[in-house]
Amino acid sequence: MFEDFFNVVKKRFNDNSDEEEKETFKCPRCQTNILMERYEELHRVCPNCNYHGRLSAKERIEITVDKGSFRELDSGMTSGNPIDFPEYSEKQEAIRAKTGLKDSVVTGTALIKGSPAVVGVMDSRYMMGSMGSVAGEKITRAFEYATENSLPVIMFTASGGARMQEGIVSLMQMAKTSGAVKLHSDNGGLYITVMTDPTTGGVTASFASLGDIIIAEPKVLIGFAGRRVIEGTIKQKLPDDFQLAEFQHEKGFVDMIVERRKMRSALSHLLKLHGYCPQEKEV
Amino acid sequence: MENKKSAWERIQLVHTKNRPTINDYLPLVFTDFYEMHGDRLYGDDKAILGGIARLNNIPVTIIAQVKGRNINENKTCNFAMPHPEGYRKALRLARQAEKFHRPIICFIDTPGAFCGVSAEERGQGEAIAKNIAEFMTLRTPIISIVLGEAGSGGALALGVCDELAMLENAQYSVLSPRGFASILWKDASREQEASEIMMITAEDMVNLGVAETIIEEPLGGAHNDLDKISENIKEYLSLKISEKCKKDIDVLLKERYTKFRKIGEFIE
Repeated sequence: MFEDFFNVVKKRFNDNSDEEEKETFKCPRCQTNILMERYEELHRVCPNCNYHGRLSAKERIEITVDKGSFRELDSGMTSGNPIDFPEYSEKQEAIRAKTGLKDSVVTGTALIKGSPAVVGVMDSRYMMGSMGSVAGEKITRAFEYATENSLPVIMFTASGGARMQEGIVSLMQMAKTSGAVKLHSDNGGLYITVMTDPTTGGVTASFASLGDIIIAEPKVLIGFAGRRVIEGTIKQKLPDDFQLAEFQHEKGFVDMIVERRKMRSALSHLLKLHGYCPQEKEV
Repeated sequence: MENKKSAWERIQLVHTKNRPTINDYLPLVFTDFYEMHGDRLYGDDKAILGGIARLNNIPVTIIAQVKGRNINENKTCNFAMPHPEGYRKALRLARQAEKFHRPIICFIDTPGAFCGVSAEERGQGEAIAKNIAEFMTLRTPIISIVLGEAGSGGALALGVCDELAMLENAQYSVLSPRGFASILWKDASREQEASEIMMITAEDMVNLGVAETIIEEPLGGAHNDLDKISENIKEYLSLKISEKCKKDIDVLLKERYTKFRKIGEFIE
């Protein structure tokens, strides 16, 4: 059911062909038609049922950090082909051309209501936000940079898990990123994870679950194993709310569920509560 | 000299009924084994065995994934697929080892962490993540050995170490070749083809910097001479444990971090 649900969302995002369709957005959850302009204005949240649609990394940064404050790190890094997987390089070129992204994560430094932070954002449009060498290296460097400069880290996660096309090398990125998180933590740094749709597999089983504070957007998918895999194991259908943010909140793996329109403000407060205050007086 | 086996042939080999498990190796490699149970939070997962023993004369902590040798054993140990409480037991024993300055020896032998409702409810992702992060800075030497198969994050949760050794026919993979074929080609029946391109053999692991050592198996596989393979494992562990114990712990931790830090292929 979720695969279908995602496909609907993915299709909407990728559909540039039909100009008429672009004027309205049909919410995949409540089926309400919303004017596209209104939907964009609400940062892709349905005004009727509070469905939180997926954002690109660029959109996420725009609505989260102070205008003009984002300085990207490692912006030119692209992937090699560690296990010589057939057509991997070609596939990536096509996705790069289509999305304008270099890989599945964008990292940088920014200010949030004046408080400095290292910010990382995953983009599910790039091979389902999967983590390979580039994501692993950029996230690791982001944490190392934050450790050296005594900065907090905020990671917006959105990922299908490890990048299969890089084989065992992608699995090792889980160790690499988690190691960097651990050193940042041992150094007293604050790390906030914001889980967005979907946070699964090897990303859930590594840096995403290691935040001092774990926030999730409402109703997003969070889990380790895929729904179909579990249904295959237990030979029965799972309830609709299985692995949603609210499920993880109830089970004790998410500290708070924060709506998109309140996220920037919540992050700013949390940063200040940990002593990361604006460097200059706020205007 | 044996002809070099394909990845697929090695998969068949480690799945033979007689493939030795941790319970076969334990009495031949160690003495004075005392098993410890439970994570002190939820329960005791039989998919992970843990305890204290001696390697020669040195006290060590053993953490191992348990494969059954028959259907009843496999039911008990859940086919070596741990639940979160198994990983949390592993972490508890690892911290205990750190406290008493005992080296840790992990034996990896799992198709993967268990995928089920109970595992999700109790935080499979969090349990694995926590182990990976904590093992990175445990102030005691850690050696891991892959006995048969090492699947995905469920294997990596016992795989953050100072040195990783692979038994000659063992495999380590991001997920099973069957799962890989199913996800990337939507055709699980192409698992043999997947196994050959995924780079999962012991030799691949050394070439990719994931493993440092290959432990030679007797002709035809570990099951053909349990005494010999146990001797090889013991010899390897004796050498490595004494080597790592001599190192300054801060140097060891730096090297452990760097071992994983440098894996990846990217262009700037």
